Amino acid sequence: MSEKVKESAVIVSQEEISLNIYSMWIETKAAKTAVPGQFVALYSNDKSRMLPRPISICEIDKKNNRLRLVYRVVGKGTEEFSTYQAGANIDILGPLGNGFPMEEAKGKKAIIVGGGIGVPPMLELAKQLDAQKKYIVCGYRDLLFLDNELKANGEFYPATENGSVGTKGTVIDAIKENKIDADVIYACGPMPMLKALKEYAQANNMQAWISLEEKMACGIGACLACVCKTTQKDEHTNVNNARICKEGPVFNAKEVEI
Amino acid sequence: MNTSIKLAGVTLKNPVMTASGTFGSGAEYSEFVDLNQLGAVVTKGVANIPWPGNPTPRIAEVSSGMLNAIGLQNPGIDVFMKRDIPFLQQYDTKIIVNVCGKTTEDYCEVVEKLADCPVDLLEINISCPNVKEGGIAFGQNPKSVEAITREVKKYAKQPIIMKLSPNVTDITETAKAAEAGGADVLSLINTLTGMKIDVERQRFAIANKTGGLSGPAIKPVAVRMVYQVANAVKIPLIGMGGICNAEDALEFILAGATAVSVGTANFSNPNTTLEVVDGIEDYMRRHQVEDVKDLIGLVK
Repeated sequence: MSEKVKESAVIVSQEEISLNIYSMWIETKAAKTAVPGQFVALYSNDKSRMLPRPISICEIDKKNNRLRLVYRVVGKGTEEFSTYQAGANIDILGPLGNGFPMEEAKGKKAIIVGGGIGVPPMLELAKQLDAQKKYIVCGYRDLLFLDNELKANGEFYPATENGSVGTKGTVIDAIKENKIDADVIYACGPMPMLKALKEYAQANNMQAWISLEEKMACGIGACLACVCKTTQKDEHTNVNNARICKEGPVFNAKEVEI
Repeated sequence: MNTSIKLAGVTLKNPVMTASGTFGSGAEYSEFVDLNQLGAVVTKGVANIPWPGNPTPRIAEVSSGMLNAIGLQNPGIDVFMKRDIPFLQQYDTKIIVNVCGKTTEDYCEVVEKLADCPVDLLEINISCPNVKEGGIAFGQNPKSVEAITREVKKYAKQPIIMKLSPNVTDITETAKAAEAGGADVLSLINTLTGMKIDVERQRFAIANKTGGLSGPAIKPVAVRMVYQVANAVKIPLIGMGGICNAEDALEFILAGATAVSVGTANFSNPNTTLEVVDGIEDYMRRHQVEDVKDLIGLVK
């Protein structure tokens, strides 16, 4: 009872790794229990911004109690975070939500798919996933990021919208072009990508685990802002809505209507 | 030093409670907050049957506040009675159940089912701006406020709190109507109807188009309305609207509220309620106030 607290984490480093994409390492107790696919809530110092920003966990360094957060500047909150320098503090809550079910890949071939700012959480998954074979397929607008780290953890296949690197087109195009054959998909990225992967998995009789996002307020399951439609009645809500922050953010693609 | 207050014969250990809809039924926040230290937990609105709520996005942040249009998603009274009331009974705090409905009969059905439950007070939500039927439809017309209050009172065994809407020309009229209908307590204010447009995407920020504005942005409106209503009715008031700290809470109490609710601020800091409790005690020490009741409506 009442053992969790909002914590003041220490920023270890901050750098812009691609256009408007920032990488921030923080020292936090949250690193102790974090697993791939979970997220943290980051709070603004500007109190006129009341709601925390949910940011996925990119890397976990348990030994040094550190988390790596890679985020895109999309608004005033993330813009504020990007100005924080090493040594400064940032209020966080986490780790929140549930991670990717890694046991589903044991002895199987897995495709790890990231799209845009959905790429970062796939890095820690790629590092920890114990699969017979790991294919990493990532979709970008044009500029790649985290590609070197990803290459070190599996066969890496990028796709770009303009074809500047890798396959020209979507992650589905990259999967087809490279004739990638696997049993299970893990994915995070924009909704059209997740929809396409859900259909692809269904057509090819594969399992798919997808990480969803939605505007959140509390981040802990109380406010019911970030729900998604589920095929079955959800046990907690007693309607066909699951809470992305609490039951998710990772769902079996078969069990959500997207 | 005495921090306890009374609402319609029910004694709360302190005047601080949660605002309906921001705290679920307490289970999630119990990992962050010792519920035993709260005056009361006010649960999210519950109806006679499960409601799926509105499409997403359901919220948007605005300067010093947020808009929400959750649409009163709730699991229905049967699940609530089996799961949420027993959960809250484990704690030494008062239980206030917020009740919503689409028709007068819906409200009465829930109130009747709760009559023999271990619940301390009922808060009747006639002011939700985010559902098409019920909610605010009852809360904007003094005649219908009085009528639904009277109906609900017929079925209720617990004291009734009527939650008022600020989306009216003169809130003292609906307040007096609720009092005339037999309300034991009034709570105010619910959210103010607002809108946000996403300029880059050229569309509404929330799927429902409009949402209820809450947070510090509405606090001066809420304090003003509490002051007006305190001077218009004799029954006690629960004040809410943008309370983030003890100073905010004390504004409401000095304006005439007997108790206060913390809502949106729970999202910025899960521990806000307890900080308000501590801050009120600090204030009482600094100002040598023996009984918190001496502060109610002190500013005339």
